[in-house]
Amino acid sequence: MTTVPVPAPSRTSVARGRARMRLRRGLMAWAFLVPLLVLNVLVVLGPSIATVYYSFTDWSGIGPANFIGLDNYVNAVKDPAVRDALLHNAIWFVLFLSVPMALGLLGAYLLSQVKRFAMVFRVLYFIPYVTASVVNAALWKMLLSPDSGIGHYLGTHHAWLGDTATSLYSVNFVVDWHWWGFLAVIFFAAMQSVDPQLYDAAKVDGANKWQQFKSVTLPGIRPTTIFIFLMTIIWSLKAFDYIYIMTHGGPAGSSEVISTLMYSQAFNNYSAGYAAALGMSMTVIIGIVLAVYSFLRKKGWEE
Amino acid sequence: MTAVLTRDPVSTGKQHGTRRGPRRAYHFPSYLILVVLALFAVGPMVAMLFNAFKSNSQIGASPLAPPTSLSLHNFTTAWTEGGFATTMRNSVILVVGAVIGTTIVAGLAAFALSHLNVPGGGGFIAYLFLGSAMPVQLFVVPLFSLWTQLGLTDSLFGLMVIYWATEAPFATLLLRSFLLKVPRDFVEAARLDGASDLTIARRVILPMAWPGFLTVALIVGLAAWNEFFWAITFIHDPAKRPVSTSFLAFQDQYSTDWGLTSAAALFMLIPVVLLFIALQRRFVAGLTSGGLK
Repeated sequence: MTTVPVPAPSRTSVARGRARMRLRRGLMAWAFLVPLLVLNVLVVLGPSIATVYYSFTDWSGIGPANFIGLDNYVNAVKDPAVRDALLHNAIWFVLFLSVPMALGLLGAYLLSQVKRFAMVFRVLYFIPYVTASVVNAALWKMLLSPDSGIGHYLGTHHAWLGDTATSLYSVNFVVDWHWWGFLAVIFFAAMQSVDPQLYDAAKVDGANKWQQFKSVTLPGIRPTTIFIFLMTIIWSLKAFDYIYIMTHGGPAGSSEVISTLMYSQAFNNYSAGYAAALGMSMTVIIGIVLAVYSFLRKKGWEE
Repeated sequence: MTAVLTRDPVSTGKQHGTRRGPRRAYHFPSYLILVVLALFAVGPMVAMLFNAFKSNSQIGASPLAPPTSLSLHNFTTAWTEGGFATTMRNSVILVVGAVIGTTIVAGLAAFALSHLNVPGGGGFIAYLFLGSAMPVQLFVVPLFSLWTQLGLTDSLFGLMVIYWATEAPFATLLLRSFLLKVPRDFVEAARLDGASDLTIARRVILPMAWPGFLTVALIVGLAAWNEFFWAITFIHDPAKRPVSTSFLAFQDQYSTDWGLTSAAALFMLIPVVLLFIALQRRFVAGLTSGGLK
């Protein structure tokens, strides 16, 4: 190219033309993203930024808001209701991590062991996950009712959802019930990608089924397990639907979690500014979890 | 995140059975536990199915037993008392609107992010990931205030727009993974023939990636049908309620009439279960890929 004397000026014009072309292409490409962007700004990003602002005000949810500095956050730290709710979130996390994970791993492992009907079982396990929360909640309200459910056969008349000692655990049980099949399917898929030769090697070494599970299956699905573990922290913080439907956080706040507390502060107590501060705090915690996740991923735990 | 998100349980699931050398003919203990787990999963729903055909005195006497006769009384009463003709119509509007809107918005975005050179596209994808992990508590209150000012509360359209916005990020990421499988050569060939980006999207991408679109449509439709949080926050007029929140109100009203509420629940449950069983591979593939939700 450099040996050709003439095209020097035309070359720059070609380059400029190409740059313009690339700019035009780039703009055209972004044009395809405009509907998504507009919706996102209108529904998610704009209101989220507004929440950041409102969390420093005494906003009631309607009308003007006065700037009050960090008062909402200070009050949140001192609020015993917040402390109780966070404790319930923590209990929720421990249960929501262990029970569905154990059932999911058990189901997935057995599914990977059998030859026939695995797909049928998979479908059956998955059904509670695709049914509506309101339906599942109604179903278990019936089964957990003092006289018209399972208690009738067990001879107890315990109001599982109406007792402050059992309400949180009962709702959590229902959520675990609807969730574990989903985990079973995810773990099942992960187990399919474990190298079968590893099992053969383990068998040659005389490992029994439990040892194979412990030293071949579990390490083989580690990335999935870590992913589920970290997501469970986030899901536990977001827990809302079933609690709101089944107990409204009651009785006497015994099943209140941070998101139901935030919701009633915003829509029943007209303390939208305070609710915004609670929402912000949740978001910060979730942001930290995601940061830890991407840090672990970069460090290469996947392989 | 992508490692988990792109794993396809359906295609890998097929290989199972051929893997672990010679098998014993019987796996009785495994099957026993699998059956117990299956009963745990769907047994409660069977109990609900039974109770829908029973009177309250029959339920009181034996809550979990099969019905002795097939009385449809609960179904007819629940249908009229629960206003299901209206709420089903509302939900169908919401589902259809959510599916069409989300698929168009996400389809356009996914096309650009997979086959066009979007400057800063990687950052945008990261934003979509992060955005779908954020709690709704972050934006629900100002959004409610905004929607009130715009007159979009108590409106099916207003609720639909929220579904578009909240479902589109996940739908975009899922669709993008499908569109990436469409060979670039096809797109380049069409471009050399002078086709515009929009024509390429319609004539080349859409016909080749329709399974992806079907999967996304199913997931978004299911989400809109089952959706509860936005509906109860933004729709208070009983005539505008979708089935989910209207069923909840119905159940609160007839809280001890388990036969009636069981029948009402089945109206909401049966279409989903039938559709799920018919298209389970697609549902499972789509739902397990959205692990971030």
